[in-house]
Amino acid sequence: MTKQVVQVSKVVIRFAGDSGDGMQLTGDRFTTETAGLGNDLKTLPDFPAEIRAPAGTIPGVSAFQLHFADHLIATPGDEPDVLVAMNPAALKANLKLLRRGGDLIVNTDEFTKRALEKVGYTANPLEDGSLEEYQVHPVALTSMTVEALKDFDLTKKEAERAKNMFALGMLSWLYSRPSEGTLEFLKAKFGKKPEILKANIAAFEAGWSFGETTEGFSVQYEVAPAAMPAGVYRNISGNLALSLGLVAAGQLSNLPVFLGSYPITPASDILHELSKHKNFGVTTFQAEDEIAGIGSAIGAAYGGALALTTTSGPGVALKSEAIGLAVMTELPLVIIDVQRGGPSTGLPTKTEQSDLLQAMFGRNGEAPVPIVAPQSPSDCFFAAIEAARIAIEYRTPVFLLSDGYLANGSEPWKVPDVADLPAIDANFATELNHENADGSMDFWPYLRDPQTLARPWAVPGTKGLEHRIGGIEKAEGTGAISYDADNHDKMVRLRQAKVDAIAQTIPELTVDDPTGDAKVLVIGWGSTFGPIAGACKLVRDGGGSVAQAHLRHINPFPANLGSVLAKYDRVIVPEMNLGQLNMLLRAKFLVDTVNYNQVRGLPFKSDELAGVINDVRASL
Amino acid sequence: MSNLDKYPALTLVPKSDVAQSAKDFKSDQEVRWCPGCGDYSILSTVQGFMPDLGIAKENIVFVSGIGCSSRFPYYMNTYGFHSIHGRAPSIATGLSVSRPDLSVWVITGDGDALSIGGNHLIHALRRNVNLKILLFNNRIYGLTKGQYSPTSEQGKITKSTPMGSLDYSFNPVSLALGAEATFVARSLDSDRKHLTSVLSAAAAHEGTALIEIYQNCNIFNDGAWDPLKENETADDLMIRLEHGQPIRFGKDGAKGVIRTGDGHIAIANVAEVGEDALLRHDAHAQDPGLAFALSRLSDTHTLQDTPIGIFRDVQRPSYDRLAREQLADALEQKGPGDLQSLVRGKDTWVVA
Ligand code: SF4
Repeated sequence: MTKQVVQVSKVVIRFAGDSGDGMQLTGDRFTTETAGLGNDLKTLPDFPAEIRAPAGTIPGVSAFQLHFADHLIATPGDEPDVLVAMNPAALKANLKLLRRGGDLIVNTDEFTKRALEKVGYTANPLEDGSLEEYQVHPVALTSMTVEALKDFDLTKKEAERAKNMFALGMLSWLYSRPSEGTLEFLKAKFGKKPEILKANIAAFEAGWSFGETTEGFSVQYEVAPAAMPAGVYRNISGNLALSLGLVAAGQLSNLPVFLGSYPITPASDILHELSKHKNFGVTTFQAEDEIAGIGSAIGAAYGGALALTTTSGPGVALKSEAIGLAVMTELPLVIIDVQRGGPSTGLPTKTEQSDLLQAMFGRNGEAPVPIVAPQSPSDCFFAAIEAARIAIEYRTPVFLLSDGYLANGSEPWKVPDVADLPAIDANFATELNHENADGSMDFWPYLRDPQTLARPWAVPGTKGLEHRIGGIEKAEGTGAISYDADNHDKMVRLRQAKVDAIAQTIPELTVDDPTGDAKVLVIGWGSTFGPIAGACKLVRDGGGSVAQAHLRHINPFPANLGSVLAKYDRVIVPEMNLGQLNMLLRAKFLVDTVNYNQVRGLPFKSDELAGVINDVRASL
Repeated sequence: MSNLDKYPALTLVPKSDVAQSAKDFKSDQEVRWCPGCGDYSILSTVQGFMPDLGIAKENIVFVSGIGCSSRFPYYMNTYGFHSIHGRAPSIATGLSVSRPDLSVWVITGDGDALSIGGNHLIHALRRNVNLKILLFNNRIYGLTKGQYSPTSEQGKITKSTPMGSLDYSFNPVSLALGAEATFVARSLDSDRKHLTSVLSAAAAHEGTALIEIYQNCNIFNDGAWDPLKENETADDLMIRLEHGQPIRFGKDGAKGVIRTGDGHIAIANVAEVGEDALLRHDAHAQDPGLAFALSRLSDTHTLQDTPIGIFRDVQRPSYDRLAREQLADALEQKGPGDLQSLVRGKDTWVVA
């Protein structure tokens, strides 16, 4: 039967199931199909910290949210239009997110008495009328998958495992997604297990034809491609973009790359990715602990590599002393902190922006470290190159503050032409640089470049430049040990001045204010860019005016930040922490900012933030 | 013998094009250890030994942690890095793995290596990174003015343990052998000849070499090793291990080490058991069992039956070499990385 095809401009789908149900894979595949169709999209994987919490429980629910549209979008969507719930736990954990009137696709096979009781349902929500507000589509997903695979030489359990492919096939039909990519993907994944491969393809096709024929779905949807600038596109997650940016930085600076790292969620994927690119001269070293991760990187930096260490908040805490050493020895080093909920172990798989002040101040002594923050998954690529540029040109450790949402979220990315990327000059010292009174020459490892205040980077193996560095205070110029009070005062100020001087080479902060008459500025940093942009759009669509600015550099701030802030009657600072950027802005510029904070482990909802902006506008 | 034959582990390090002397390795920094400290003689022995390597001075790096001994790099006219407490092996690992053309030496102490830095030490040893680690063991914390250390004998009275320390001590050689070390030796600060020979064997070894050096802190733990240094007692207490030789010591070689009926080892009177019963020292034995048993002979308090020399010296490819080979293999299999194609990836679409 041919069904009516309805054009819609955007859809938010949330796949939710047990950790073992393969929801992340299903989401990934649906995303890839969607990207290929030319929709704009943003994704939000939302999974538990436990690898496999007990099946059928709320802690074991793993979800994947995807927003796709025929126009440019800023976020993975405030409310899903469609929820796919593979079991009662998934329904219970996610129903509150679903838009009223939204489509609810439920795997009825899993709604057994026991499974319902396990998550505290006293009655079956499919039967007690509690889902009346939604368009419920009951689908016997597991049993139909098993039925479709009955001719295969598989155990029941193996057959049931393919139910995510049935779901994917069904959704692919419902939203008119192409299936070739998924078939190719399955071939690559299960090429060595032909029976499993055939079964997965069969399950996918069964799901597709079920969608086509069932009366449960009366219409099929289409979402037209979004108008995007011409070019070659790919879909990319933040951790992948960040990894590729680091490889690129190695190429641009013509330096070997060395990553010293200890596995930690949600940063480990960067270690995994970089370990694949040895043919780019990338060495990855999985250290015995966080401290050795950064220690080995500092050693490699001393030896002339582009040195990296990747971690998350708890790891930064362990690395603090070593970061101070890198500040003191003025060696280039990029510290990648993929932030997660804290304190302590906190929420390992949830996002937060609460390491900003740790990055800023979390060391003994006056130890300034530049901070760079990407604003979207694909922007991680460019932010990584920028962090490496600052590290190398200024001989300093640099923080690159990503977060869990950027790390795992994805979006389409117009692939850049690498020839357009800026070269980075390592500018190793090779000559003696100080003339003594008697005309003889010496090498002074702390003689600074007058412009950048950076010290020379003289790597072992350079004849005649033998010198010693270390964590004890240095005499200005010679770099010899010095306990002199005046020298220390001077060196503390010089290290700060060097970091401040970076402001000379970073772009001015730009403000997005389409009407030019906004009285309220919303300023953020990091991954809140999308939700803030989404909120500003909602305000503007409602006829209001609001300005948006977003900080890529937090230490030092762009040179014009003070004057930008001064232009507005009110400045709102939304953050996924309790006001860390807010504190810095207030301290530095004495502005009476409006603080808006959430630490829910998830990105902001644009409509809530739009409400806050409108309240502030109304108060003026 | 050419330098290359003598030090096969240094084949990738550029040779010196000038003749070197100990003087070339003295930096212009004033040495600031307490007068009489054992560190002076170790420094002088190392400076005297360095020319023997025949490698370019600028390709030698000394990395240290924190403690009295860790000031060492400042006094060597090579590249040097005085880092933070306990972390020198990790810093040296990053340097060594990324720079095969360097000879990397780690200077550490009993507190630095075995207390705060214990984790890094054992992992460097098991990985077999190309580091030569000199562990100055004075059985005390010097720089913080005299607290007991992880090698202090139990019951030690110090500022932090007025009623005696409670901790049982580490035996660094046993620890290293348990941590899969490929080269483990022990020497004395005051025995220049012995220390030089051990340094030479360590430099020739590919991978991590740990040399425990008994060092006197004359301020906070004076005389800790005196029984091994004084003529009247040394012969009776100290077992000099020499590869291939029967393990024999004491006045006129009267004592020796034998295997007992139950498989353990013991000290015996040579006159009673006969020379043929003595164990022969085999530093190259793959099984570290005998080396470990030898390391357990000594008494922590009296120093009775303390072996010095090379306990173990076996071949295993260094981590550095294996890491380098993986890079080379990847390059051979995939060719030099093409950044544009990496950034583009496999799944792309075109917007016209
Ligand atoms: S305190 Fe002891 S170890 Fe330290 S320099 Fe003085 S004598 Fe040497």
